[in-house]
Order: sequence, then C-alpha cells, then structure tokens
Amino acid sequence: MTQELLQYLFSGITNGAIYAVIAVGFSMLYSSTELINFAHGEFVMLGAMGLVTLWAGFGLPLPLAFFLTVFGVACVGFLFERTAIRTVRKPDHIVLIIITVGASIFLRGMGMLIWGKDAHSVPAFSDHPPVDLAGAKLLPQSIWIVLIALFCALMLHLFFRKTLTGKAMEATAINKKAAWLTGIPSEKMILLAFFFSTGMGAVAGIIIAPITMCSYDMGTMLGLKGFCAAMLGGLGSLWGSILGGLLLGIMESFGVGLFSSSLKDAIAFLLLLLILYVRPGGIIMAKDAKRF
Amino acid sequence: MTQDRIIYGIFFLVITAIGFAVENHYYLQLLTIIGINTLLALGLNMLMGYAGQISLGHAAFYGIGAYTTAILTVHYNINPWMSLPCALFLAVLVAVIVGLPTLKLTGYYLGMGTLGFGMIVHILFREWSSLTGGASGFVGIPPLEIGPISFFPARNYFYLVWFTVLISFVFCKRLIKSRMGRALRAIHDSENAAKAVGINTRNMKLEIFVFSAALSALSGFFYAHMVSFISPESFSFLVSVKIVTMVVIGGMASIWGSLLGASLLTMLPEWLHSFSDFEMVVYGLILMLVMIITPQGLTRGILDIYERSRTTKNKP
Repeated sequence: MTQELLQYLFSGITNGAIYAVIAVGFSMLYSSTELINFAHGEFVMLGAMGLVTLWAGFGLPLPLAFFLTVFGVACVGFLFERTAIRTVRKPDHIVLIIITVGASIFLRGMGMLIWGKDAHSVPAFSDHPPVDLAGAKLLPQSIWIVLIALFCALMLHLFFRKTLTGKAMEATAINKKAAWLTGIPSEKMILLAFFFSTGMGAVAGIIIAPITMCSYDMGTMLGLKGFCAAMLGGLGSLWGSILGGLLLGIMESFGVGLFSSSLKDAIAFLLLLLILYVRPGGIIMAKDAKRF
Repeated sequence: MTQDRIIYGIFFLVITAIGFAVENHYYLQLLTIIGINTLLALGLNMLMGYAGQISLGHAAFYGIGAYTTAILTVHYNINPWMSLPCALFLAVLVAVIVGLPTLKLTGYYLGMGTLGFGMIVHILFREWSSLTGGASGFVGIPPLEIGPISFFPARNYFYLVWFTVLISFVFCKRLIKSRMGRALRAIHDSENAAKAVGINTRNMKLEIFVFSAALSALSGFFYAHMVSFISPESFSFLVSVKIVTMVVIGGMASIWGSLLGASLLTMLPEWLHSFSDFEMVVYGLILMLVMIITPQGLTRGILDIYERSRTTKNKP
C-alpha cells in the first residue's frame, strides 16, 4: 500500500510540476497586465510540437532544440501581444477574453495545419532505467521535469529580486502608471511579460512532450488545469503558482488512484470552485481578489 | 411601444414568410438551429449585456435542459411536454445553488467560477454513462407533438422554435424596460451605487442568472428534441465560449444583437466548410478581428459607421 501511495505521489509531483510551470506563465501575465490568456494552453502545445520538430524531426541536440523552441514560442507570444492585444481599442476584460479565445482557436488551427491531426511522441530526455525508491518506480523524465520546473522558478525568482529589469517589471505589475511616471517603460515591460509568460508555456510543453502524446489539441485542457493551479495558489504570485501546481497534481493523482479515474479532470475544477468560494485570493494571497 | 409593436409585427411576418419560402429541408434545420442559438444568446445577453455578469459556463444549463428531457422521455417514457417543466425546474434549481456563492465574485473571478462549474457539468455528462450514455452520446430522443400536430417535419419545428424566439424577445424587451431592467443596468454600471440606492443586488443578480439559465435550458430542450441525438461535446467549454462569442459579436445589451450574433456564428462554420483545413484558422482570425475593430459588437459597430456617414454627409 505504501508503495502505491508513493507511486501516486511521484506521478502527482511530476504532473504537478508541469501544472506549476503553466501556472507561473498565467500568473506572470496576470500580475503585469491583468489579462487571463486563454491561448496559454496553445503556447504549451507549440512548445511540445516545436520540440517534436526540432529534436525528433531535425535531430538537433536537445539543449539547442530546447532553447530554440522556447525562444521561437516566446517570439510568437511577442507577435501575439503586438498584433492582437496592443491593437485593442477598448481593453475591457470580456473583449480581451474573446480575443485570447480567438487566438487559441487560431493557434490550434495553425498547429493542425503544420503538424497534422496525428499525435506525435518524443523519447525521454535521457535513457536511464527507472530508479527504484522504496518499491515505487521513479522515471528519469520525472526527475528532469521537476528539476527544470524548479530551475525555471528559481531563475524567475532571482530575476525579479536581483535585476533592475525584474524590479521594473514588478513595479509595472503593481501600478502601471506610477511605474511609467518613475521612468520605467511600462509598455516594454508588458511586452517582456508576454515574452516570458509564453516562454514558460513552451517550457511546460517541452517537458511534458516525452510523457504524453503531442497533438494539436493537447493545449486546451493543460491550459485550463494550469489556470486552476494558478488560482489555487494565488493568481499573480510566483511561489503560489508553484505550490498550487504541485498541490493540484498530487490531489489529482491521489484522486485517480484512490477513487476513480473518470473524475480526473473534475478534481481540478472542483478545487477551483472551492478556492473561489472560500479564499478567492488563493492560498498565498497575492493581490486583492475582487469580492465583496 | 408602438415602434416596438411594428418591429415585432415585421419580425413575425419575416418568420412566417421564411417558413413558407424555404423548401430545402437542410436550410430549414439550419434556420431552426439559429433560432435555438438565438435563445441561448438572448439568455446570456440578459446576464452579460444588461447585468454585466460574465458566465463562461452557460453550456452547462443548455446541457441540463437537453439531458433532463432526454433522460425523462427515453428512460421513463414521460411526455416531452411534461419533461419541459422538469428540465426548467432542474436548471433553475442548479442555477440557484451555483449562483448563490458564484455571483459574489466579480470580473475574471466570476468568469473562472462559472468556467469551473461548466467543466464539472460537462465531465458529469461524459462520465455518468449509466444515465447519460457517456461520451458516445444519447440516442432516440422522441420528436415533439401536440395532439395531431407533429413537430417532426422541419417546417413545423422551425415555426415552433422561432415563435418561441419571438415571445422571448417580447418578454425580454419588457423585462428590460421594467424596474428590474433598470436595476440590472444600474448594477452593470456600478454595483455599489446600485446598492446605495436600495437595489438588492444579490437577489437581482441571482434572478437574472436563474432566468438566463432557464432560457438556456429551454434551448437545450428544443435542441434535444430536434436532433434526437445528444453527446457531451455539444455542451463543452468551447460551446460556452461560443455562446459568449455570439453575445459579444452581436452586441452586448442588444436584443437584436443576439439574433445577429447567433446567426453569424451558426452560419460561419457552414461558410467556412469550403476552407476545410483552414476552417479553424479563419474562425479564430475572424473572432479576433471583429473584437479588435468593433469591440462593442457588430450591431454597435454598424450603427457607428452609419451615424458617422450621416454626420459627414450633413457637413458640407
């Protein structure tokens, strides 16, 4: 029994780390633009598909393929901000929701045109045998996923704490106009937030690629789950999102293992409703949730 | 009021004329679907356009309407007209239960709460297979009939749905002009201000949420009895988004905008069939472009262009 529980925990942490990376992307964008990007899941898809093409297709070395994919997807995010978000005349949240939904349909359609309707798969990052830990099997890919997720989180943390650009971004997130008055080019910071956020989406897509089938429509559910994770931990907070992601992954894995696999997808949304009703700011209250 | 009556009269005549003129079975069905979608969009428009409360989970109520009538008529052999009140009642009940805590949220948080609710209901439709038939769907829903009149022929069903649309239009228009309609618009502009002048905002929001849920369940009822086969995919998150899109593209806080939005979004996939694989790309592009160019919806956008052309004409 403990073996099984440990196994659930491992798979929970693996999935959780992926949700966490997606959630961080959501959170970053939300904190600096107050925008929920419904196309975020599609950037995850682009990341996975980019790796399929560059690594499995063209045979580039993994680190190079990794870097190129993240950079390429971040550039798509950059273009997305320039063409679709910046041009909006009336930045009302309903209008922005529809635009990002339109973008997600558009990107999914592009994904279908470029990579076809079939699912693709890539091998694991390294071909070590699974590690035996107290009777439970730990896949090397899981270790990669968790390490990469932690590394990304740490880098972002350092970026926001130690660099001037990071602090400027945080200032823009807190108050755009005030930041602008102190001489921070807040428009550029928002662009940068898009760049980072979609780049994080790509990272999530890349690390999930070896443990799932990659197809043009894989992004929607992942995006929504990442979103639930972000809400769970606290939208707008870096470590909150990581915590939310891990928590969601573990709860999901235990829910599937102990109760029923048919309810797997429902768990995330039940948690979402619960957190909205009980503590809408998330576990780590980042910004004041609009509720009275 | 008289102006409204004239418009309803014209609308009535147009419906009757279209019903007589269109012979093609397929087109009649397509028009009926437009009618059903108009009801859906109208329901959400009352909530979103007038009261300013976004819902990203309206497909859930649409699905509750469809599945309730499907289960009652097929599993329990209940007359469809008896299952209609049951479907509406269930939708209202669920709306009250869900609405009470959810409507306390605002902005994105409300959107997310309703999204979560919609997803859970969709998963229930998919996984509760003993009752709903699971992912493969539910077959054999009987057609509607009143005494000797069967609504199986496409033309009869067309009339049934579109006259319901007409009645709903009249009803909604009157609702908007009533005290409740003014209260809703006050909530839209500022909830605190509305509270300050003595509007019970919580009840008001709940009432309109319930009303819009009931209207969605009604369209679900019509949908189920028209196509006689329903599957969870017809009530997924993407459908909720589609309903929101209908409202926003047509024009928020505009009853005729719902008709326009529903017609456009129902016809668009038909027109895009010729693009085959490019369908999704074009659909996404159109959505983005409409929102970027006319963020207040097409009805408002067209009116703006018309007004601008008039003012430039008047200027010598």
